[in-house]
Amino acid sequence: MSALPRLTEPGFRGFRGRVGSVVPTLLSSLLAVAIALLAGGVVIALSGDNPIPAYQALLQGAFGGERAIGETLVMATPLILGGLAFAVAAQAGLFNIGIEGQMVVGGLLGGLMAAWDPGLPIFVHLPLALLAAMVGGGIWGFIPGFLKAKTGAHEVITTIMLNYLAYRISTVVIGNEGFPLVNPSLQATQPALETARLPKLLPGTRLHAGFLVALLAAVIVWYLLYRTAFGYRIRTVGLSRGASAYAGIPWGRTIALAMLLSGLLGGLGGAVDALGLQGRYYNVSLGIGFTSIAVGLVGRNQPFGVILSGLLFGALSSGATRMQNTAGISRDIVYVLLGFVILSVSAIAVAQQFRQARQAASRARAMTRDRAADDAGEPLVEPPPPPRTI
Amino acid sequence: MFSFFSVALLTATLRSAAPLVFAAMGGLLSERSGVTNIALEGFMLMGAFAAVAGAWFSGNPFVGLLVAIITGAVGGAIFAFWAISLRADQIVAGTAIVLLGLGLTSFLTEQIWGQAGGSPSVERLPSIGAGMNILLPFAYLLVPVTHWFLFRTKAGLRVLACGENPVAAQSVGIDVDRYRFAMVIASGVLASVGGAYLSIGDLSQFTTNMAAGRGFIALAAVIFGNWMPWGAMGAALLFGFAQALRYHVQALNLPISQDIIIALPYLLTLIAVTGLFRQSTPPAGVGKHPTGG
Repeated sequence: MSALPRLTEPGFRGFRGRVGSVVPTLLSSLLAVAIALLAGGVVIALSGDNPIPAYQALLQGAFGGERAIGETLVMATPLILGGLAFAVAAQAGLFNIGIEGQMVVGGLLGGLMAAWDPGLPIFVHLPLALLAAMVGGGIWGFIPGFLKAKTGAHEVITTIMLNYLAYRISTVVIGNEGFPLVNPSLQATQPALETARLPKLLPGTRLHAGFLVALLAAVIVWYLLYRTAFGYRIRTVGLSRGASAYAGIPWGRTIALAMLLSGLLGGLGGAVDALGLQGRYYNVSLGIGFTSIAVGLVGRNQPFGVILSGLLFGALSSGATRMQNTAGISRDIVYVLLGFVILSVSAIAVAQQFRQARQAASRARAMTRDRAADDAGEPLVEPPPPPRTI
Repeated sequence: MFSFFSVALLTATLRSAAPLVFAAMGGLLSERSGVTNIALEGFMLMGAFAAVAGAWFSGNPFVGLLVAIITGAVGGAIFAFWAISLRADQIVAGTAIVLLGLGLTSFLTEQIWGQAGGSPSVERLPSIGAGMNILLPFAYLLVPVTHWFLFRTKAGLRVLACGENPVAAQSVGIDVDRYRFAMVIASGVLASVGGAYLSIGDLSQFTTNMAAGRGFIALAAVIFGNWMPWGAMGAALLFGFAQALRYHVQALNLPISQDIIIALPYLLTLIAVTGLFRQSTPPAGVGKHPTGG
């Protein structure tokens, strides 16, 4: 995972060091998005449409007015949670491509819990529904983490398989005619009770309290990663398995728990739309799990970076709907843009690594030069004999 | 019970497994040369779309096949440039190719034909009887060819060397990057032909996300088959059998739920990669570069 972009550790170099590393990181992420938009514009132009009014419509749909901004935040909500899920796993050195499945299991369990009527008040029922989603997603994330820790099974393969298993399970549960909590003809769960709905935040928009849940989750993840021993272990394991073993950090347990946390966030991300936006869980793949990978990568796997990139992709998503309606351009262009974003992020990461390596090499050369100049007077030690060639 | 192993079920198995075999042989070549290839799914989608687009514009399905091959080569080259030349993370680059495959094909479907979800129907490749199309025998012919290439030719043995120990291969003068580039392009072409098999072989149109995870399943077949051509084919046949059985369960009145059968390939792969049946060992140099980068 060496090419996964990662911020160098702040705190070590003081305030200037922090600002010095955040600004270029932000710029390079924006550069990646700009390149992707440019490439996407070329694709739109090649397909016979004018990209300029298309992007104007996109911008209108994302930021033009209160309703549009509300829509952007609504779309950003599951993406921030999914991006956090990706980031936590990536910090531990794992590539969680299974956020989609974790969202399905989380959304399903959350939706079922929300449709179930135990006669509880909102401050018990809603947290219970969110908890069910976190447990479901957490289990779905823990399985690949555990398998990797125990058997070395690569998480990319296991999570892809678990994605499809999640779809199957969801289809079976929701298609079950005899189960009172589901509606097979709608391919959804029964509607969430009022006591399990995430309340609306702004009248006139669809913005709901799930957005606050996502922001809170980002703060908690930041705290866990950077202010607790658990987070320190996750980051150490991710940077170097060898070094972490040397420091006595249990690799297996750490990655399994990191995947548990990752899946838990994914499960929550699957439930916020069901409980806040749709009012029930629908058994359709929206591809949010895959978009989350891009959110994590562009956010440099940093909690606050993920908030920003989640907002960016939320804007893209809500803008694309407007673009489809007014400019007549398929909203599937969003996936094309995502692909381009990931390609440019990884290329930029490579370029940065290359530059860092070159700087380190030139520093090393300068140091040897200085030392050579110091020693020029009289050699304190006899120079070693030249190595004998065989 | 006799009808359980009917000719219909056999041909259905061969038909469902063929696109998996194409993509799996591509994945095998790429993985054996040392490049992790989750981009197969994207190549299949691109191939399925390109074949229909080519057949629609030209009116000839063979032109469609040719367009699919070219598209697969271009897609493979893009992935190879990122994964090999740039030394970008291969899984990250693969994810990008999958998203591009999904996005470009559904976007262009809507842009070209003005309808979401699928293309109009085009002429399909000729049939050789029993619902099998002309591409099918080539899928199974590809297996001994791949085996012969990898284990009996100089180039193939060099590919294996690149996959097992890229540093050693480089040190004896093998251009590791060039061999890998060729194998990744081959994987793009083969997976793309597998996609064309779906769109202008089995069906006669492109539908959104029509690969439906077959690229990932093909990669699973490679792993399940322990990175060997015959093994991967066996796994593809098993997965194809599960798919075919699904349509026969109701007809045969079998006491198994359809959903369990559909889930079987995924479950089996999950168990296979954990090494519960037997050791599953990837090429030792997968994801490693000859210069240590």
